[in-house]
Amino acid sequence: MAVMNMIQAINSAMDVMLGRDPDVLIFGEDVGYFGGVFRATEGLQRKYGRTRCFDTPIAEGGIVASAVGMGAYGLRPVIEIQFADYIYPGYDQLVSEAARLRYRSAGDFTAPITLRTPYGGGIFGGQTHSQSPEALFTHVAGLKTVVPSNPYDAKGLLISAIEDDDPVIFFEPKRLYNGPFDGYPDRPVQPWAKHPKSATPEGHYRVPLGKAEVVREGSDLTVLAYGAMVHVALAGAEEAGADAEVIDLRTLLPVDIETIAASVNKTGRCVILHEATRTSGYGAELSALVQENCFYRLEAPIERVTGWDTPYPHAFEWEYFPGPRRVAKAMRKVMEG
Amino acid sequence: MKDVSLSLHIPEPAWRPGDPVDFRAMKVPPAGALPRPAIGCAAEETYELAHGLIRVLDDEGQAVGPWAPELSPEVLVRGLRNMMLVRAFDDRMYRQQRQGKTSFYVKCTGEEAVAVAQTMALDPGDMCFPTYRQQGALITRGYPLVEMMNQIYSNAHDPIKGRQLPIMYSSKPYGFFTISGNLGTQFPQAVGWAMASAYKGDSRIAYGYIGDGSTAEGDFHQALLFASVYRAPVLLNIVNNQWAISAFHGIAGDEQATFASRGLGYGLPSLRVDGNDFLAVHAATAWAAERARTNLGATLIELFTYRASAHSTSDDPTRYRPAEEGERWPLGDPIERLQQHLVRAGALSEADAKAMEAEVIDQVRQAGRQAEKVGTFGASRPPLGRMFEDVYKDQPWHLARQEAEVLEDAAAKQGKS
Repeated sequence: MAVMNMIQAINSAMDVMLGRDPDVLIFGEDVGYFGGVFRATEGLQRKYGRTRCFDTPIAEGGIVASAVGMGAYGLRPVIEIQFADYIYPGYDQLVSEAARLRYRSAGDFTAPITLRTPYGGGIFGGQTHSQSPEALFTHVAGLKTVVPSNPYDAKGLLISAIEDDDPVIFFEPKRLYNGPFDGYPDRPVQPWAKHPKSATPEGHYRVPLGKAEVVREGSDLTVLAYGAMVHVALAGAEEAGADAEVIDLRTLLPVDIETIAASVNKTGRCVILHEATRTSGYGAELSALVQENCFYRLEAPIERVTGWDTPYPHAFEWEYFPGPRRVAKAMRKVMEG
Repeated sequence: MKDVSLSLHIPEPAWRPGDPVDFRAMKVPPAGALPRPAIGCAAEETYELAHGLIRVLDDEGQAVGPWAPELSPEVLVRGLRNMMLVRAFDDRMYRQQRQGKTSFYVKCTGEEAVAVAQTMALDPGDMCFPTYRQQGALITRGYPLVEMMNQIYSNAHDPIKGRQLPIMYSSKPYGFFTISGNLGTQFPQAVGWAMASAYKGDSRIAYGYIGDGSTAEGDFHQALLFASVYRAPVLLNIVNNQWAISAFHGIAGDEQATFASRGLGYGLPSLRVDGNDFLAVHAATAWAAERARTNLGATLIELFTYRASAHSTSDDPTRYRPAEEGERWPLGDPIERLQQHLVRAGALSEADAKAMEAEVIDQVRQAGRQAEKVGTFGASRPPLGRMFEDVYKDQPWHLARQEAEVLEDAAAKQGKS
């Protein structure tokens, strides 16, 4: 067991997979010699050679397209899109191609690609370095969408994603890279070393895709969250004085409906959190699923706490970011209902 | 400075329906005129080849010049037969569509030499990343015609289980990548496949296709860029058949510079080839393949041809181009030209050619009967549950629920009737 922050855990997952499988290779902008702008691929080119971990032109469409071709050949490319905000030039290749190869060729060709990309706010990145576009991918049949919230899960989920035979979009909450963030911007930054989920095995292990984790058991209400919002949920519960059951979804598609339904059927109340804009966000899907699966046990209307329906605003970061005060307010509301 | 007002240029073809067709202004250089450089040449040494037109067969059907390939008469007769087979297949399936037996069809009439000669010049393990007009590659590799028809009919034997529009074939064993309806996407994927082959120390190469119209897509640029940067073992083929549905090639930007010349800026050796000249297409492809196989990297090839038929069965070209344009096309027909060459060389008589044509028509008819016995579109289809398979390797819960609902509804409906 080692103590790792999230970057180290992600780096370790790729290190392990490069070592185990010669068909795994890594490419993206600045990922080679330099090791990535967030250092996620640091040392990998030096250790495994240039053909295993290399730089690409600034061409997200070309990065995804070449990964699709490599997947069709039989490789397992792990590609980095430097910020989720830059993913759109690769969108057609993901939606129309990677997601559908297996279906349209009846299993002849597949795209076992893992696309890693830092997402989310809380870093004063403005509108081009803070977006949370996960709902654009959970709407696509054929893709899987994964969001870790801590180092242990990040490594185990990334290994599962790389080993998965379908294309996986792996969103990394960049505000969590160096420490858990509970949504209070004015409090001192905590290092991962103080968090139990920083204890990370050095070798190979998996955290399964499609399985959520109950990170806090409780009886007052259920919180559905992922990424940085898992930590904000815990802070919000404390602020509201609520005995909240907090579920870290970990995989958004396919989502773990059993864990969600069991919890909401127990508590009868549900608050859904995400950083992304509200309208047609992933929370809308979660809300519909809860309604379909738990309607007769619901004691109050479902609440969503999300980013506002504006582009991500630089100067208004903490009014935009759904912090613990807003989460606590929603919790009080569902408990009163 | 002279006082001028700005004007916007909108490219327009030289003639429209009702106008006389006169190709005299089109530069058709004589066969055999262009040099054949060493495969290790630099991109700029292909300047002339990217702007001119590599031709081997002259007007009399003789193979002339440095690009004339040394191919046995048997190989050429096989090439002719493959092209005839493609045309016979197209003719039958077009008629089937017109008779309502399928929803859609795309012919490649006039362009048969492109996929047939290129596939014959390459190895069976090389991977084709086609557009919807390279049925010739599958047919050349001996993929069963009946399987193509089953796909076109979306019937119970459709190898891709009724999921794709007719003609969007896929076959990994035959080295034919699944066709996408989104134009140009396969071009950079071919580069990725080739990079993978190079990474693995394989000997197989990729060959990708794109139309003149689709060179406008960003995917075209990224394919050339990645192919150049990583020296990928890939042949990047532009089929310039003059028309992108109703938009002439000028709308895709070749009024000022040829499509082939796009490659030079990327440092890719680039060839512009008479696409209706089987020998020239074969020779250029073999040259590029040798480059790719010896780690010299990618080649851009513009195959200059003419789309003699409609874009698809949903298109009526007489609304935007004169009907006689195809007949006047100065570079003739690929089947007639190869046949002329073989007859002249004594490898084939006119009677042999006629017999061969009858033979391929019969071959298509036989396959047609087999496929129609399984069922045409609407009369037969794969089991309903196939709709929910292969979205993922393992079916997740939400698809299982949806499948159960659909199957339950279908069973209830059947119970009622």
